[in-house]
Amino acid sequence: MRVGGTNRDTDAARAFENLGVNVEVLHLNDILRRRNLFTYQGLVFPGGFAYGDYVRAGAIWGKRMLAFIKEDLRKFAESKKPILGICNGFQVLVEAGLLPGFELLQETQQVALAGNASSKFECRWVYLKKNPQSKCIFTKEMLDIVRFPVAHAEGRFITENPEVLQRLVEGEQVAIQYATKNGTLSNGSYPSNPNGSALDVAGICNPEGTILGLMPHPEDAFFGYQVPEWTRERKIETYGDGFGLFKSMVDHIEMAF
Amino acid sequence: MKKKVEFGNLKFKARIEVMLRGSTIDPAAETIKKSLIDLNFPVTGTKLAQVYDLTLEAKTKKDAEELVQLMCTRLLANPVKDEYSFEVEEDGNSVSSKSNS
Repeated sequence: MRVGGTNRDTDAARAFENLGVNVEVLHLNDILRRRNLFTYQGLVFPGGFAYGDYVRAGAIWGKRMLAFIKEDLRKFAESKKPILGICNGFQVLVEAGLLPGFELLQETQQVALAGNASSKFECRWVYLKKNPQSKCIFTKEMLDIVRFPVAHAEGRFITENPEVLQRLVEGEQVAIQYATKNGTLSNGSYPSNPNGSALDVAGICNPEGTILGLMPHPEDAFFGYQVPEWTRERKIETYGDGFGLFKSMVDHIEMAF
Repeated sequence: MKKKVEFGNLKFKARIEVMLRGSTIDPAAETIKKSLIDLNFPVTGTKLAQVYDLTLEAKTKKDAEELVQLMCTRLLANPVKDEYSFEVEEDGNSVSSKSNS
């Protein structure tokens, strides 16, 4: 799905197309007009600057969906069809109440993505560690330690209530965390944790693991030629680390629907 | 798909301020504070706010205030990190209201 200001939709579509998926990039207005959400087996909210990031990143897109297609989204999520939110898409999932998903589509948010602690737009490659205990269906085929780029100004995962964090940890909903090159968690230290996120959170999923939001961009690490060394290495790998995440989502759809 | 919006017969002006709660780290405000200190200003604290000036129609001032309150909770302020305050004004009379989201 896209709206005005979305700019990573083509990259995400290209990754899925490479895996043989029939992809359609639809504007939210198409869905509002045709109410055709259920035609699809999976839904992606790509990165960008939806509605200019006015008010807050992801706020207008998230609240617009709550106003117009809340029940459609609820049914889609309850049918366990996978929903992926990347970067701005993660912010949208949080604003729309699809994440952390203790109670679906709650209008009162429990977590937020605030401005980066560095006060900068962080645009570079970071190392990430997946939580192998998590039910997250998106990380099954992903390597334990991966490298994706981040490109955001508002990615600091915070919550006002410590119980929310505890619940996320106990429910194994913290699916992907910022780490150092050797795979130890960042423990909040900059620059390996690029935004100051609590618990080094790079991505969280809902309790069932079928909705994932993450700040880093797997679609920009999907092909081997997207990784930083591709000009230096003699042998370029076909795929980058992002491949595993998209493959996991597609595998889940093939198995479940 | 358009939703029906009810307009009242009285016009109001509203000014809404949304800012990060004291407990939320505000790196942008800190950066600005440091820059002001670099310019030799004796600044000891900064806060940044988003200000929305808007006009609206409602039946009564109370209705207008309730609408503005809803705007804050439903879109303009994020309950996890923001606090907000607003003023609603009609024909030169001003009513002020403060709240934490």
